[in-house]
Amino acid sequence: MLSSDGRKVVTAWIVLSVIATPLVAVFAPRFYAPGNGSVQATEQVFDNTVMTAILTPVICLLVVFFAYVLVVHRAPRGQELRDGPALRSDATVQAVWVTLSSVTVLFLAGFGTYELLQNGSGGGQGPSPIANPSGTKIPVQVIAQQWQFTYRYPTYGGVETPQLVLPADTYVELHVTSLDAIHSFWAYELGVKADANPGVDNIAYVKTKGPLTFHVRCAELCGLWHGYMFNNGRVVPQAQFAAWVKSQQHAFAPVAKYLPKYATTYYPDPQRRAG
Amino acid sequence: MRSATGFKVLGVAVGLAAAGVLIGLYVSKLTTEAGSPSYTVPVSSQGGHKVVDLTIQTVAAVGPQLSPAHPDYVSYLVRDTHGKWLRRTVWKLPANATVHVTIYNFDGASGLRNPLYARPQGVDGDVMTVDGKTLSVIPPDDASHTFAVPAYGLVIPVAPVGDNAKNQCGYAPCAMSMAHRTITFTFHTGKPGHYRWQCFVPCAAGWIDGFGGPMQTIGYMDGFLNVV
Repeated sequence: MLSSDGRKVVTAWIVLSVIATPLVAVFAPRFYAPGNGSVQATEQVFDNTVMTAILTPVICLLVVFFAYVLVVHRAPRGQELRDGPALRSDATVQAVWVTLSSVTVLFLAGFGTYELLQNGSGGGQGPSPIANPSGTKIPVQVIAQQWQFTYRYPTYGGVETPQLVLPADTYVELHVTSLDAIHSFWAYELGVKADANPGVDNIAYVKTKGPLTFHVRCAELCGLWHGYMFNNGRVVPQAQFAAWVKSQQHAFAPVAKYLPKYATTYYPDPQRRAG
Repeated sequence: MRSATGFKVLGVAVGLAAAGVLIGLYVSKLTTEAGSPSYTVPVSSQGGHKVVDLTIQTVAAVGPQLSPAHPDYVSYLVRDTHGKWLRRTVWKLPANATVHVTIYNFDGASGLRNPLYARPQGVDGDVMTVDGKTLSVIPPDDASHTFAVPAYGLVIPVAPVGDNAKNQCGYAPCAMSMAHRTITFTFHTGKPGHYRWQCFVPCAAGWIDGFGGPMQTIGYMDGFLNVV
């Protein structure tokens, strides 16, 4: 049986948790990154909301226990400090504690694994993705180099451009690679982050929603201009995307014959000086 | 007594905060411009519109006169109003101005890692002139350097001096009688800001993948356009 102190703490904990948990679950997602720019981004917000909601009662218990001890068992001013009674083990408390902790952790592990296997959650999965969502996907290649990202569209003649534009309401299969050092492609509002390594085809999936301007940054320290390796990408209506692709094919037509045939990775010839 | 101690503590706190701000500003300047002195490009006016003529050159080795510490570094130089070449790569330009650029390249070919940069981009007409001839692309393997301002979408591939050209320049300063290529183009500055520029050609001799040393150092193959 719980002591008088224990009953008070548990009661206060339950009351606080019942109030705080729904509030956290409802209001916290409004402040969570990366927002709702893509299906994956929305799922990430949902995942973080679930984890925070589960975390809330744990935090409440710690706060209530700490506050109760501070207020109720605070030594009166001027009184000599004395050690409290010895702590005795309690099999029931231990069993409850271990069981609750185990259930919570195992649930989170299962939940996280399930969410990850849905579609990869916007993360780079290497050249052979485990989580490969079904349906039609448009491939877009992300090529990192010191210090800019460029993009190739293999289904549109392999046109390459320094701009990232994606069609709305479309599943996109991003193939991320590098021509030199290690970079990381981070499309923040889309909830996509994938390492860009030379000689590696790192695949990530994202399903776009409506029109959106998003930020692209390099998330791997890659040299002098790492901090300046960013640009904006856009999600546009599908008709606008088709027109944009045509404009890029026209703008970069003079260099098209010099681009290497589309491949998942590239190994530029050793340069004369770099050699 | 207590009040005097309080004032002392407050004074120390304010002093530490001020020192922190000053150190922060200094570190910010170091990290953004790496202590590299800037060059203010002269501005003229045509019909009320600001126009700038920027003349720069690229050399295979900057030489001991301009860089005693790294005479073998490949480098950009800028020409001042007296015709003197300066090793400065932070350039102050006016906002909303037209910038006519002339590049004298005294260096040979290195080749681009990404052929996309063989296409002039972000300049008037998306073309440049090379020795008076208008071009919309050069063979990527011929590129000696690029002048690129990614925030402007600006890329200019720099045509090379031929391997067998006579009277090649060993190190700067290079006389105009020496073998060189002349590249011209025009771009426009927009709103004020701090825009980095760089070379995309891995042209740093002796460094891993050609991208160390001068390619990672402001004052050689990298710099800023300080648009004000």
